[in-house]
Amino acid sequence: MDSAVISLLGAFTLSILGLFAFIWSLRQGLLVENPRGASVIFAQGEIGQVDDPALTASDQARLQASAAPTDGHAASHTGRSMDAREMQDRVDSDQSSAFPVFMFIMFACFWLVLGSAAGWVASVKLHEPDWLTQYAWLSFGRIRTLHLNAVIYGWSSNACLAVIVWVLPRLLRTRLVGAPWVMLGGSLLNAGISAGLGAIAMGWSDGMEFLEIPWQIDLLIFAGFALIVLPVLYTLMNKRVDHLYVSVWYFVASLLWITLLFLVANLPGVHTGVQQATTNWWYGHNALGLWFTPVSVGTIYYFLPKVIGRPVRSYNLSLLGFWTLAFFYGQVGGHHLIGGPVPGWLTTLSIVQSVMMVIPVIAFSINQAGTLKGQMHLARYSPTLRFMMFGGLMYVASSIEGSLEALRTVNAVTHFTHFTVAHAHLGMYAFVSMVLFGAVYFMMPRVLNWEWPHPWLISLHFWLSATGIGIYVVGLSIGGWLQGLAMLDATRPFIESVNLTMPYLKSRSIGGALMTLGHGVFVIHVLMMALRFGPRRTTAALFKFPLQVSHAQ
Amino acid sequence: MLNEIKLATGAAVSLGVATAALVVLPYIQVKDIQPPADLKPYTEQQLRGRAVYIANGCVYCHSQQPRDRSHGPDTARGWGRASVPADYVFDQPHLLGTMRTGPDLFNIGARQPSADWHLGHLYQPRAYVPGSNMPAYPFLFKHKAAAEEGDVVVQLPPGQDPPGRITVASQEALDLVKYLQAMNHTYPAMAPIQAPIQPPQGGASQ
Repeated sequence: MDSAVISLLGAFTLSILGLFAFIWSLRQGLLVENPRGASVIFAQGEIGQVDDPALTASDQARLQASAAPTDGHAASHTGRSMDAREMQDRVDSDQSSAFPVFMFIMFACFWLVLGSAAGWVASVKLHEPDWLTQYAWLSFGRIRTLHLNAVIYGWSSNACLAVIVWVLPRLLRTRLVGAPWVMLGGSLLNAGISAGLGAIAMGWSDGMEFLEIPWQIDLLIFAGFALIVLPVLYTLMNKRVDHLYVSVWYFVASLLWITLLFLVANLPGVHTGVQQATTNWWYGHNALGLWFTPVSVGTIYYFLPKVIGRPVRSYNLSLLGFWTLAFFYGQVGGHHLIGGPVPGWLTTLSIVQSVMMVIPVIAFSINQAGTLKGQMHLARYSPTLRFMMFGGLMYVASSIEGSLEALRTVNAVTHFTHFTVAHAHLGMYAFVSMVLFGAVYFMMPRVLNWEWPHPWLISLHFWLSATGIGIYVVGLSIGGWLQGLAMLDATRPFIESVNLTMPYLKSRSIGGALMTLGHGVFVIHVLMMALRFGPRRTTAALFKFPLQVSHAQ
Repeated sequence: MLNEIKLATGAAVSLGVATAALVVLPYIQVKDIQPPADLKPYTEQQLRGRAVYIANGCVYCHSQQPRDRSHGPDTARGWGRASVPADYVFDQPHLLGTMRTGPDLFNIGARQPSADWHLGHLYQPRAYVPGSNMPAYPFLFKHKAAAEEGDVVVQLPPGQDPPGRITVASQEALDLVKYLQAMNHTYPAMAPIQAPIQPPQGGASQ
């Protein structure tokens, strides 16, 4: 008992101390705003210039015209003196990463289609349990797992890697070092994912959520991550900027984290019984908290200011967000085992840290609101911005919901129900995937030097996805909550908790169908672009637009 | 260079703290736990059945962790006493589960000892529990005109067999049922040394 309290206090105090140590080490100008740091993503004279490669030239001009002059930076709107060398650096950076980024995006698209189809089949099976039962690989337990692994490792991880590999050289003003190694790593990673999904379909599984892929195949995936980490670190060493922009912190740390997490969690023969359960959720939640979340937040911190041409409002707040996330998020996994046969101090620690996660989330939301102040309407013009804003809002929503869900009183209802599934999709889809979609829409024209063939398809995709996930999350959250209340009431037979979820499970299938449809639109559009369909080629690889805008009003 | 070092050490320290709390400490706390006298190691057939349970993802709908009264009416539903770490010493991988789309199975062997019931229920759950949304597992069974030697014929409710044919269980189905029948943790829990399950602090439970 005493040792339990001590370890609890110890871990908590250590996180707080660690947090303050790092904030202190960054103290120079912590209380003074740091516009220089926030501005490193812009070339000289670029602030005030909107930038969304997903738009046609005339739409860009409209976007620029409706962008309010950036307070304090108004001068740059007229000054057209963007540093030509910096522009050239950026073109070089983009060129150096184009091949690996294209590869990651293509893999991501492939797994997205496969994963969403599998997810939809799994969803239908929960209310039509006699549908497609003849084949083992199509049974719910397997197709659901195929869905999870295809979207987590296939779609999201590949898209995250695409963003990291594309943005980092830009932020470091250098070329991507070792692009062939990155591509080799990406190939191993995706070979591992394919083999893993095949194994799961055949019934060969390690049996733990998020860790189903057999450890023998995990070796491939780990080798893939390692081969990507090394060139990324090398690129970091070759940086030609003095200041590491906040997105660099998020990207590099998350890449290190996922590699280590993946290694430790998959060590064969080490973990057993209850301890294996805590390791399972240490990994499961950290895959979300220390991989997808930081990458997506870092993505927003780059693309959102870039699109609207205005630096992040409070740069220090973004760094505070990074370190609080690093120290609190790692320990929240135990909230998946509340009430279970695990040491009580462990779940308590996880609950406390889950609640502490409010800090980075508030830091982020204040920052997003401040940066976007007066510019929200630009989302009407810029698809990238629309996806990013949606994702950012949903990050706040899902994190606050997650903190509440970890509280014992709320958890008593939501634990073991579909509410958790709805929450997971609020985070992984409405937040992470939407941000990644936005990033792909921004990156692809720069990667391929080709415009999006049919911009209206981007809007169609957005509305299909946004409506779909809206129906999904709202319906399933209500259903899950009612399910939880029914299960807590011993006077109601268990089957009642099954029966009452049926309408909500059906609504989930409708939402899921819309999302899947949206992905079809997205992937077809990507393919059309890659195959050089569509009306025009972009005139220049970069920034034809700022030169034209001087003629627009 | 300073920032890169800060980044790397910060990332390592924060992950290290998390790993210590969620992986290493539980490892130390649990590693010396002895199995209760009444908990038998799995037999070979039960282990094969457990593999079938894993292969078909039963864990995604069924938990194996009845909780204390303060967390819910698990015991009142007949799912058994709250489980303790010692109950799981033979479990690798763990199958605690996080969903209860179906009921907890930690004591399904005690609650439902009949092999016939299990086989039939796996073949068509809705023939036994109307309204159930558990998948049917016809691929674990074969239809035949007549039973051969060694066949285990499944006794299904009337109308479930295809006309003129009988339903025979595959070895996988038999193994799985053996595993389910072995899920019996009705022996008394040893007094946990460190009170691993703490009731929620005052007023927190509803």
